[in-house]
Parts: sequence; structure tokens; C-alpha cells
Amino acid sequence: MYIPVNDMLKHFKQDAPAMANITHKSDQWSPYHDNSGTVLAVGIPGAVIVAGDTRLSNGYNILSRDATKLSQLTDKCVLATAGQYADFIALRKFLQQRLQLYEFQNEVQASTETVAHLLSRELYSRRFFPYYTFNLLAGLDENNHGVVYGYDAIGSYDQMTYGVQGSGQELVVAVLDNQLKGYNKINKTIPQTREEILDIILDCFSCAAERDIHTGDNVEILIITAAGTERIVKPLRKD
Amino acid sequence: MIDFDPSTFGLAHTYQKEDKDEINTLALPSAPQVIYRTLNGPTQVNGGNKLTNFKHGTTTLGFVFKEGILLAVDSRASMGSFLSSEQVRKVIEINEYLLGTMAGGAADCQYWLAYLANHCRTYELKNGSKLSVAAASKFLQGILIGYRNSGLSMGCMIAGTDTTGQHLYYIDNDGMRLKGDIFSVGSGSTYAYGVLDNHYRYDLSLNEAVELGIRAIYHATHRDTASGGVVRVYHIHKDGWTKVHDGIDVVDLHYQFAQQKGLVGDGDEAKQRLF
Repeated sequence: MYIPVNDMLKHFKQDAPAMANITHKSDQWSPYHDNSGTVLAVGIPGAVIVAGDTRLSNGYNILSRDATKLSQLTDKCVLATAGQYADFIALRKFLQQRLQLYEFQNEVQASTETVAHLLSRELYSRRFFPYYTFNLLAGLDENNHGVVYGYDAIGSYDQMTYGVQGSGQELVVAVLDNQLKGYNKINKTIPQTREEILDIILDCFSCAAERDIHTGDNVEILIITAAGTERIVKPLRKD
Repeated sequence: MIDFDPSTFGLAHTYQKEDKDEINTLALPSAPQVIYRTLNGPTQVNGGNKLTNFKHGTTTLGFVFKEGILLAVDSRASMGSFLSSEQVRKVIEINEYLLGTMAGGAADCQYWLAYLANHCRTYELKNGSKLSVAAASKFLQGILIGYRNSGLSMGCMIAGTDTTGQHLYYIDNDGMRLKGDIFSVGSGSTYAYGVLDNHYRYDLSLNEAVELGIRAIYHATHRDTASGGVVRVYHIHKDGWTKVHDGIDVVDLHYQFAQQKGLVGDGDEAKQRLF
């Protein structure tokens, strides 16, 4: 005989207030899945470097070793997303269409700041049923300096020089704080060149792949400059 | 989960909520807990509606004095116990004569204060005069009352200048709107109040007021785990607002204050006066 869970819970609701708030979560289907992975972006004068691993996972399963987390929205900016892949695809589709419309109407591509604001509004429009996405918008500003905007799931955003999102966030961001800002260093040697920063990024992904089960397979790196976009793919641990 | 209560829509007399409706209604899915950037301490899980469990963990303060209004804020934002940023801008520049401070949900504050900015500008264009601080804060209060119990989390101060002078209001997500001379919002507010109440006088000079604001925030960041980063200070006067300090690291402030107390360390941490 099937007893609806709510009937059972009614008995609990009066006696133990602490249990009254338990809902039948185990029976309820959830639209949210964390497909994980790690993305990061670093802005330097003249360029912005965006990187993301290519592993798509669901719990302990690997669904794909070759799924990109990066999406170039305009010539100057790239969206990098960790979280739910389905929501990333939906968000990317919305942004691509809306930015195409912007380009038709204004005869010029949207600036990175405009895209950042658009993304924030779109995320907040779903305030009560959020996109489960943790985004980084990386691009070149009006002076062709690299800027990174970091978001939470409902659209709060801030400009930063570098950002990390995803399952490897805690592991990687502390390394970048130390290497790119010189936090907790007495002799602060901040890397200035693109090559040094690229080395640090590759090291970060290798470290994240070692210690985070959801990060690995390959790391895909996009380097955006005023001259164009360069793409590099490097292998990571596949276990 | 948003609990749909029919009585709030005035339908109580026509609608009897039956038990079977609880099973048949499509419950809105609740998002995983730690996905919002909050200006909070670690959120407490009491089960049930976790969206409204936020304590506004941060430290922001504002006080009225003879030269206008001083606002001082910290810059820490957390997602659960992970610090998502130490450089958040918690003072939102609504327009040249209004400022808003953020506490609680960062996205909520950013969005609704930007919405308020839009409204203020539209009013100014339509009516040829600027919206008063009282009216702007009331507009925001009206919005928040409409979203009451829906899970928004905001504890903000609206401070600005208009034809009647400089005014400071506190607004929060329950729909509260209070006018006052001294406010501090957030988990670090108790520490800030201690310092503020000790030294506040209406006839402070601007420099004394700035120092008071910085000290109060510093002490709050020192003792409150959810506050930290840098101190930002704004001053509102009859001509609008000015950003007095854009970001003084509280760690550097610690060494400066220690030096002022006569304490000496091994290194040369306090290299220069920060303010």
C-alpha cells in the first residue's frame, strides 16, 4: 500500500518542530546536476587568457572527455562556465542570439562591459529558479586590456584581474592569489609575461587534476588579444 | 521552496487547501544550497527554506555628522565558508547624489539598487527634479515588501543628499525602513557599533569622521570572520558624494594601529601612513 510521504510527515509536524521542515527530497526529482570541472581566466595588459578543463562528469561517471566549457561570444570576449552543462548550453544560446541581434541593430559588436551586464541581468531574471552555472566572462576592454568578470549563480558580478570557478576553485584560486598577487609572499615577484602566466595556469590545472576527481582529461586554453584568438589544448591526467 | 499560501492573495474564503493538493502540486525545485554569493558568514542549515537563513554577514556602517554622511564598508564575500572575493564593492553608486550599501545577497543588492538607479533617473527626466532620499528609499522598500518571504536577502543603507540635506536610511528585505543617524549592518556590526558609539559626536570634523569609520570597520574585520579585505570610505555632502578611500587593506591597518600603540614588530610592516 502506498502511503504518500506527506501523510506520514503530518504526524511528525506537531511533535517535533525540528523535523517539520523535512520534505520528501529523496523522492523528488531535481532538475540540477553538477557536471563540475574547473575554469579560470587571467587578464593582463593586452590580452586575456581563459582556460577550462574538458571533462564532463555526473557524480562518479565521466560523460565526456572532450566537452568544452568555453564559448567565444564576441571577437573580444569569452564565456567560461562551470556547473551544469545543460544550463551552460542554454545560457550560451541566449547570449549568442542576443548578441547577434545587438550586432544587427547597432552595426558593432557589444563591448565586454555590455556583455557582462547582459549576463548579470539574464542570470537574475532566473532569481527563483537559477541557472546552475558559475561563470567567468573574460575579455578585452575598450583599451584592449584583459578584464575578467566573476559571477555567482544569480548574477552578482565584479571585475577582477583573475578568477576561478568550478570544482577545483578552492584548490586553484589560492595558488593564483600567491603567484599573481604575491599574497603571503615577502618578496613579491609578479609574473609579467604571457609565457610565465601560461606556465602557472598549466601548473594549476595539473595540480587540480591531481587532487580533484572532476578535473582532468585535457585543458583548453584560449588567448584573446586584439589581433585575434589563439587556442591551445594540453593533455591532463585521464584517471 | 516557496510556500504558496493562498490567504496572502485574499482567496482564503473561496479556497480550501486540501491535503491531496500537497501531493499534486508541482513543487518548485529548490536550488542546491551553496550557489549564491553572499556577504554572509557560513550559512546555517536549519532544514526547510534555506534561502531565508541568511544572516547579513559583513560590516557596513554609516553615520550622519556636521559635514554630511560618512559610509565605510569592508569587502569580503563568501559562498558558504569559501571566500569568493576579498575585493567586493559594497557601496553601490546609484547616481551622483545617492549611495547604497550592500549586505546579504550580493546579486539581490546589485540588481535592486541598479533598478532604483534606473527609477531615479527616469523620475528626474520626467519631472525635472531629483528624487529625494526619502522617496528613493521608500520606493525600494515598496519593492522589497512585494518580495517578502520569497527569499531575497538584503540589508542596505541608502544615503544621499537632496534639497533638504543629507539623509541616511536603513532598508531590509523584511520591508523595514528606518531613518537614523548611526547605522551598522552585518555580522560585524556589533563590533563596529562598539567603536562608533564610543567616539561618535555630531560635530566631528571630516578627518575625524573618516578615521572613526576606518577604525570601526577595522575592529569589526579583526574580530568577525565574515568581514575582511579592504576598507572603502565614502563621504556624502551637499554637492553629492566623494570616494575618500578606495581600498585600504585591513592587514596593513592592523600594523599601523599597532605602531601607533607603541608596539614594535620584527619587520617593517607599517611602512607608511595609510590614511
